[in-house]
Amino acid sequence: MITVAHPRLHLVDRVNPVSRLAAAMLLTTPLLLTVDWVSAAVALCVQLVLFAIAGVTPKVLIARGWPILIAAPIAGLSMLLYGQPEGTEYWSFWLARITDGSIELAVAVTVRVLAIGLPAVLLFMNVDPTELADGLAQVAKLPSRFVLGALAGARLVGLFMEDWRAMALSRRARGIGDHGVIRRFATMAFALLVLAIRRGSKLATSMEARGFGSEHPRTWARESRVGWPDAALLCIAAGIAVLALGCAVWAGTYHPVWA
Amino acid sequence: MANDSGAISPARVEARGWGWRHAGRLRSALDGIDLIVSPGERVLLLGPSGSGKSTLLHALAGVHGGAEEGEETGTLLLDGEWPGAVRGRASLVLQDPDSQVILARVGDDVAFGCENLGIPRDEIWPRVRRALDEVGLDVPLDHSTSALSGGQKQRLALAGALAMRPGLLLLDEPTANLDPAGVHEVRQAVARTLDRTGATFVVVEHRVDVWIDLVTRVVVLGRDGRLIADGEPHAVISAQRDELLAAGVWVPGAPPAVAAARPAPAASVVDLEAFDLAIGRRSDAVVRSGLSLALPRAASTVLTGPNGAGKSTLALTMGGLLSPLGGTVRASAELADGLRAEPIRWRSRELLTRIGTVFQEPEHQFVASTVQRELEVAPRALGLDAVTTARRTGEVLERLGLDRLAQANPFTLSGGEQRRLTVGCAIVAQPGVVILDEPTFGQDRLTWIELVTLLRGLVDGGTTLLSVSHDAAYRDALGDQHLDLGSDALRMEAAA
Repeated sequence: MITVAHPRLHLVDRVNPVSRLAAAMLLTTPLLLTVDWVSAAVALCVQLVLFAIAGVTPKVLIARGWPILIAAPIAGLSMLLYGQPEGTEYWSFWLARITDGSIELAVAVTVRVLAIGLPAVLLFMNVDPTELADGLAQVAKLPSRFVLGALAGARLVGLFMEDWRAMALSRRARGIGDHGVIRRFATMAFALLVLAIRRGSKLATSMEARGFGSEHPRTWARESRVGWPDAALLCIAAGIAVLALGCAVWAGTYHPVWA
Repeated sequence: MANDSGAISPARVEARGWGWRHAGRLRSALDGIDLIVSPGERVLLLGPSGSGKSTLLHALAGVHGGAEEGEETGTLLLDGEWPGAVRGRASLVLQDPDSQVILARVGDDVAFGCENLGIPRDEIWPRVRRALDEVGLDVPLDHSTSALSGGQKQRLALAGALAMRPGLLLLDEPTANLDPAGVHEVRQAVARTLDRTGATFVVVEHRVDVWIDLVTRVVVLGRDGRLIADGEPHAVISAQRDELLAAGVWVPGAPPAVAAARPAPAASVVDLEAFDLAIGRRSDAVVRSGLSLALPRAASTVLTGPNGAGKSTLALTMGGLLSPLGGTVRASAELADGLRAEPIRWRSRELLTRIGTVFQEPEHQFVASTVQRELEVAPRALGLDAVTTARRTGEVLERLGLDRLAQANPFTLSGGEQRRLTVGCAIVAQPGVVILDEPTFGQDRLTWIELVTLLRGLVDGGTTLLSVSHDAAYRDALGDQHLDLGSDALRMEAAA
């Protein structure tokens, strides 16, 4: 896949990771409440313009957003073929039927997956897990034990990937590498779990040895701040959501999922 | 406690009839320990595996936890208080470099202990920079911790401990998993720190020569968890020499009693050879290229070279586990025994009787719940009958001194026992070639001798051996052929 080394974004880069999380939720949650193409299309258009202004080039969009760009048309295609039939039927084969209704639904779903997925991916593009943890503990005031435990644990994932590779090679060396994929995967997954628990308890001892988990109040070497860029991003996110739903209501396409 | 020069007040340790029994064990790990360590003293703590050395260090660091982890007897005091109550007065560096890295960036990792102690922010960063400077780790604060070598990771752990400005520095076999350059780096960093801060120091280590000139006192624990000797380093070492040797301690001036390497038989057939080989763990990342080497039959080849030179990758490629990224690995017709010459083309089961590979981490290789079943994995894969399987596994268990542990879970064995078991799992299939990656890491002197004697026995019996090792004594004993994978080329020399 194409990789782009840390593309810089205006405004977004100055926003605390916690505010970015909040902005993403503020922007996408209202879009989950309705299934019409107008609200999603409005939101997506505004987002694309704003991300372009912030510095997202088409290359960056493809490099970072490719899973969403692939998932959206696949979701749309399944709606096109199997969505609720309605109106004129254009083509049918066994259970698959393409109708006016399924075409509309396919467009709405494709655009919606893009409108929800792309901002989530792009807003978190440059988030460093350490900074997110700083923010979660200092800004969102989550318990430091939980946040730091999760952060330190997440670092082990890289080690687990190396463990997995070494375990696969060692199974070949031990004469049990010819087994079927499923059986081998199951036994290796169990072995990795055992190893993960051992690594985890060693890590816990190391953390304790550095004074972690005492009753003493903790300080933070790096301050996690929020300021006007955070407020601006949250306002933009809320604005897009209101605009999108407003347009849908005005166009008469607003269609809540519970209706 | 801390001032601008970074000096600290050294801590005092006092144990009175102290003992510890791990939860769920019958026997105490330590019992009736009476010991006073005065502020600023530097102590080397010696004793056989299982004598409770690590237990004492953990207790001093206050990481033993409460009653659910074990039962304490007597008193153990740090500056007159229970160690758990004065967190930060003592800090502990452990053996395994990987499990001590806590955060993703070097600066954050060093700052972690200071944060936990509640040090104000503007005081943390000067401490972090100073600690990194002291251990000689010259990388930017935002450098990735996973990009560090083993020796660098240990120095990072040491920096994290030092930034807490402890009055007592505790090291638990800090150099057991390091190559000689890494050992030297860590030792120098510790020496510099102690000279500057004057902190009290306790180190546990099997290799006496690393620390003997740095410490002012040696304390020896016996197999039963009691103190058996205590005093001036050289005096204790010479007075307790036989005890220490029997306990597996590497005593200076007592090289292991094993036969020296000898040249490969002149007319030896080559079992496995590589031509113009390019190696790498992933197909898009060539680590080395243009490597040509040959392993003579019934001889032992030792492969050395600096960290990151690709020794393990070369060993795995020779062993038919990684695909060559260029060039070829070819087995002799006799070794291939009817199969194609390239080991990577063989099936897993076919590899068993031809090339056995023992990895660096025993934990990656275990697949069964008992030692006995672990040894039966290869015979089962080969479809051997029950009688042959029982005979072969029985022989291997006895030869490796593991018969007593046949029903134990492999994960519960000591490091030395685990290592021997992985060797056993390979040789039970009776392969023509055995490949070993760092077989002597973390071994005490006794298990080292057992292992080297066993391997020499295999070679005498006609097995071809290739070992990756940093260990000079191992090379002296098993380097019939010595290959050095330097940064520029692969050099070969034969034993005299």
